[in-house]
Amino acid sequence: MIGILPAMSSPISRDDVAHVARLARLELSSDELDRFTDQLGAILEHAADVEALDVTDIEPMHHPVPMSNVMRPDVVVPSLDRDEVLAQAPAAEAGQFRVPPVLGEA
Amino acid sequence: MAERAIGLATAVRAGDRSARSVVESHLAVIAEREPDVHAFNLVLADRSLARADEIDAIVAAGGDPGPLAGVPIAVKDNTCMRGVPTTCSSKILGQWRPPYDATVVQRLHEAGAIAIGKTNLDEFAMGSSTENSAFGPTRNPLDLDLVPGGSSGGSAAAVAAGFAPLAIGSDTGGSIRQPAAFCGVVGMKPTYGAVSRYGLIAFASSLDQIGPFAADVADAAALFEVLAGHDPLDSTSIAEPAAQVSGVLDRGVEGLRVGVISELSGAGIDGIAADVQDRTRTAADALGAAGALVDEVSVPSTVFGLSAYYLIAPAEASSNLSRYDGGRYGLRVDGANNEAMNVASRSAGFGDEVKRRIMLGTYALSAGYYDAYYGKAQKVRTLIRDDFAAAYENHDVLLSPTAPTTAFPLGDRTADPMTMYVNDVCTIPSNLAGHPAISVPYGVGASGLPIGVQVLAPTRGEAVMFQVAAALERTMA
Repeated sequence: MIGILPAMSSPISRDDVAHVARLARLELSSDELDRFTDQLGAILEHAADVEALDVTDIEPMHHPVPMSNVMRPDVVVPSLDRDEVLAQAPAAEAGQFRVPPVLGEA
Repeated sequence: MAERAIGLATAVRAGDRSARSVVESHLAVIAEREPDVHAFNLVLADRSLARADEIDAIVAAGGDPGPLAGVPIAVKDNTCMRGVPTTCSSKILGQWRPPYDATVVQRLHEAGAIAIGKTNLDEFAMGSSTENSAFGPTRNPLDLDLVPGGSSGGSAAAVAAGFAPLAIGSDTGGSIRQPAAFCGVVGMKPTYGAVSRYGLIAFASSLDQIGPFAADVADAAALFEVLAGHDPLDSTSIAEPAAQVSGVLDRGVEGLRVGVISELSGAGIDGIAADVQDRTRTAADALGAAGALVDEVSVPSTVFGLSAYYLIAPAEASSNLSRYDGGRYGLRVDGANNEAMNVASRSAGFGDEVKRRIMLGTYALSAGYYDAYYGKAQKVRTLIRDDFAAAYENHDVLLSPTAPTTAFPLGDRTADPMTMYVNDVCTIPSNLAGHPAISVPYGVGASGLPIGVQVLAPTRGEAVMFQVAAALERTMA
């Protein structure tokens, strides 16, 4: 049960991996795409035991501690120093983070 | 593993020994062996000496610097210290210096402990060997050809090498307990919510927990008591006082019910080495001889823990790590527009294992696969929690190996991720359930390398867990 299943027909295709990489804002070389497809396939192959389970009537567990909507007292407290935070930024200007244009090719 | 924390703190508080001399002696050990071991990303020599002088001044003025007065502690480098580079052993954080302290750093400071360095880890705590570090691997101080385990390998190695009597690590699927077992030290994962995660850089938020490393159980208990307690800055922090554990260590195990988890310990389990099975059985027998009622117990769904974990943890990681986009801190690689900058920064900044897990998690959460993978894994989590609850109806603690094998050679398991992931098979169930568990060194295996035995307890069961761990340790003496 702890053993490693060999990857037979991979549950994830090269195109799937390319799509997921795009969603995750990662750029992969052709070699990396091949390697990650094999490796992710092997991991998902191992997860087939979970995929095959019938857990229809089981409630999902999102979190170990049953709590929700934890509120703090509505009291003003000091926040992080803006200059100290911006000093860590790759680029800052006029009290704000500076990034390349969000739209277009600049 | 020369001097113990409690003894050092007692001497410093009494004025019998200066904190400066304690720090100097540990810096001397670091100077000698750190070039071989590489436990640290950063040694805080000047800063720790300055803090030692402050502590000595408090003692000289008749004050008490706290229960860990003058004790050097190694801090895993995914824990924020204000103004000190905090890297997660990743290139993507660059030379980022956090603008705030983690709550545990603050608590250690208030207890008089002295942070002597930031320890190496698998990048973002993703790994079981500390080989996935952007700054090179940590080596096992007991044998430099072997890994120290991971992801808190630097913290485990620091205690084993005598660089510090104490260390803190984080444990998402075994990242404290497995390296503790590999390095022959004590390592403990608290109940989820017992120790604040504020300032711990997130990997998988429903699983991550900070915990202690020490050379023995008493030191680990003392450190746990300093770390634990409610913190309003962490909304998942348990809003009740933490368990007091130091007072129960000498109570023994007379009449306690100990269940050996058959799925993780028994003969015939594929992957658990024979010498590890032997030592676990010997530990169970020793507890029985000390008066515990020992039997075998089945926790059937633990066999699905590994698969469930490697869907849930990457899913949470893919979300947590989306914040590293080159915009606000850390590494930026320029691009023509913001998205191109994001992609270039992330592609250059993350290592392979982190990329694998981000993609796996993104896939497990994506439309069409969510129910089959992430949704199902969360239901398996319920099954594991319920199976543990059934086992704890007639047991006080459970017992299993910490890791399937002893420490393995560097490079041995880096080619195939699955061979690395199976290291966590015995430790993952506690993370999924949110329960505490501790690894106690229990002799050596066939090749003379340390083996850890794991004591598991139900939610907020730290007291009985430490009680049994201390009794187990005494059976080795």
